[in-house]
Amino acid sequence: MTATKSIVTGSGTGAKAPRSRRKIDPIYYFFLFPAVLLFTLAITVPGIIGIFFSLTDSIGIGQWEFTGFTNYVAAFSDPAILSSFLFTFGFALVTVIVVNVIAFMLAVGLTSKIRFKMGLRAIFVIPMVVSGIIIAYVFQFLFQNSLPAAGGALGIPFLETSILANPDLAWLGIVIVTAWQSIPGTLLIYIAGLLSIPGDVYEAASIDGANSRQQLFGITLPLVAGYVVINVILGFKNYLNAYDIIVGLTGGGPGTSTRSISMTIIRGFQTGDYAYQMATATLFFIITIIIAVLQLSVTRGRSNI
Amino acid sequence: MSTIPLNPDTTAKKATSGADTGSTRSITTGGGTPPMKGRKSGRWSTTVILILCAVTVLLPLYVTISMAFKTSGQAVDGNAFSLPAPFSIDGFVQAWELTRFPVGFAMSFIVTAGTVIFTIILASFASYAIVRNWDHRLFRYSFFYLLGAMFIPFPVVALPQIQLTGRFGLDNPLGVILLATMFQLSFSVLLFTAFLRSIPIELEESARIDGATTWQTFWKLIFPLLAPMSATVGIFAFLYAWNDFMMPSLIISDADMQTLPVRQNLFQSQFSSDYNVAFASYLMAMAPAIIAYLFAQRWVMEGVTQGALKG
Repeated sequence: MTATKSIVTGSGTGAKAPRSRRKIDPIYYFFLFPAVLLFTLAITVPGIIGIFFSLTDSIGIGQWEFTGFTNYVAAFSDPAILSSFLFTFGFALVTVIVVNVIAFMLAVGLTSKIRFKMGLRAIFVIPMVVSGIIIAYVFQFLFQNSLPAAGGALGIPFLETSILANPDLAWLGIVIVTAWQSIPGTLLIYIAGLLSIPGDVYEAASIDGANSRQQLFGITLPLVAGYVVINVILGFKNYLNAYDIIVGLTGGGPGTSTRSISMTIIRGFQTGDYAYQMATATLFFIITIIIAVLQLSVTRGRSNI
Repeated sequence: MSTIPLNPDTTAKKATSGADTGSTRSITTGGGTPPMKGRKSGRWSTTVILILCAVTVLLPLYVTISMAFKTSGQAVDGNAFSLPAPFSIDGFVQAWELTRFPVGFAMSFIVTAGTVIFTIILASFASYAIVRNWDHRLFRYSFFYLLGAMFIPFPVVALPQIQLTGRFGLDNPLGVILLATMFQLSFSVLLFTAFLRSIPIELEESARIDGATTWQTFWKLIFPLLAPMSATVGIFAFLYAWNDFMMPSLIISDADMQTLPVRQNLFQSQFSSDYNVAFASYLMAMAPAIIAYLFAQRWVMEGVTQGALKG
């Protein structure tokens, strides 16, 4: 978002203002046009169609009638939708915390003086290039076959049944797999943040007698605070859209205990609740916008990154 | 040989506690404090802890590889961590035919290459026009308009998109390329515009004095200069298009035209106990991205860092 800001200020530095009535080379329209046109057809038009049909009783095909905000009212009191919102937000919150804590600690370790630094970094990034659905299938096998087998061999009754079959614990499996996959991206941002701190800051602190714990909380954390904000907001936004990993791991089950908002919306297409789920999608969109505004307002103030 | 007890639960705990000690140690050593007695051992203990964490990262990949090379008899015994004995490539042979791997690979390749090329060209075109004509309202507003998609997740517009692509004959890889490009566009335009602003206009003006048109200036001067940003944009587009499940699974209606990640659901319904076949298939689908990454590690790491921070 810093880009936006600097462009705005950049144009404000005079000199360019008188040029605003100059003739524009027509080729520039050709440069801009394809992107704007395709964008409108592929995203804006479907978006408007979706919002429009959320005010009807359409089932996706055939005749429909306007029903006003009936779908929205119904969605607010639908336990299935409420529980999927609740699950998705809870999941996103827990995952954001788990991912950021682990990624931050790994980043501190990976920027310190260690052996095999580059090799280790290279390994930690691998999960980022692996397909979410496929790694979810792999973990599904581990959770369903290997973990219970291990639990049986060790005599730990807690592990003997698959956690994915337990409505109260299945979400934990999703958090683990999501964390496994999204720690690398978060980690790379933290490494960039930690490397931007000059070493002499620590030198000065240690001369003043600050111990390593004080240095961590007094120097490192405040100086990477901007990076924490970026990671938390980006992560939260991503986890709210969770789909691939959940489909691969639990398929939304057991029952509907791990059905995310995305899955609820998509199911509307299969079950004929087209208009109804478009109302859910619109609500979800509004929430995303609120988070985006939050993101803008927070990151705009940080032009130092 | 059996190492069953290594499960994600204990390893996860290790990861947290391990990184904890790592953090305090590393600051002492990394911050240039005077040499202390425990320094060398501290460095090694951090290394060892990080290596243990790296094992957690590699474990699922190890399981995938070792399962893929087992015979179907050995694969069903439930011990995911044992080495293949005997070594068998039956899984690959069967997976190759069951998922029709060559077709799936071709589809994934088309979707990925198409998305990468389209994203780089459309985004760099639009960004160039926007940055050079920022003083014009049309271009300025277009910038914010294109940026808007950053806040629209695919699920929100998915249902109408499924309908529309179906109606206009785009329920195939071409439709996925188009939509995937559009969802990459805002982020890519943001990266390109930020980079373009840093290119001094004098450079361009000298080219124009020599008689170059805007079109020539773009291809001969600007586009080559954009190469590092194009790499970043391309890496993001590649990772998204190659690995995505949601969009192709919803947009592509003909099962035979599906991409590799979507084809793997075959092992969730039928053939669900042929673990060696399933894992061989997973491995074949994952391998191209991992191999590409191993060759381009530096680019990927730098690109992702740069991209995430600018975006």
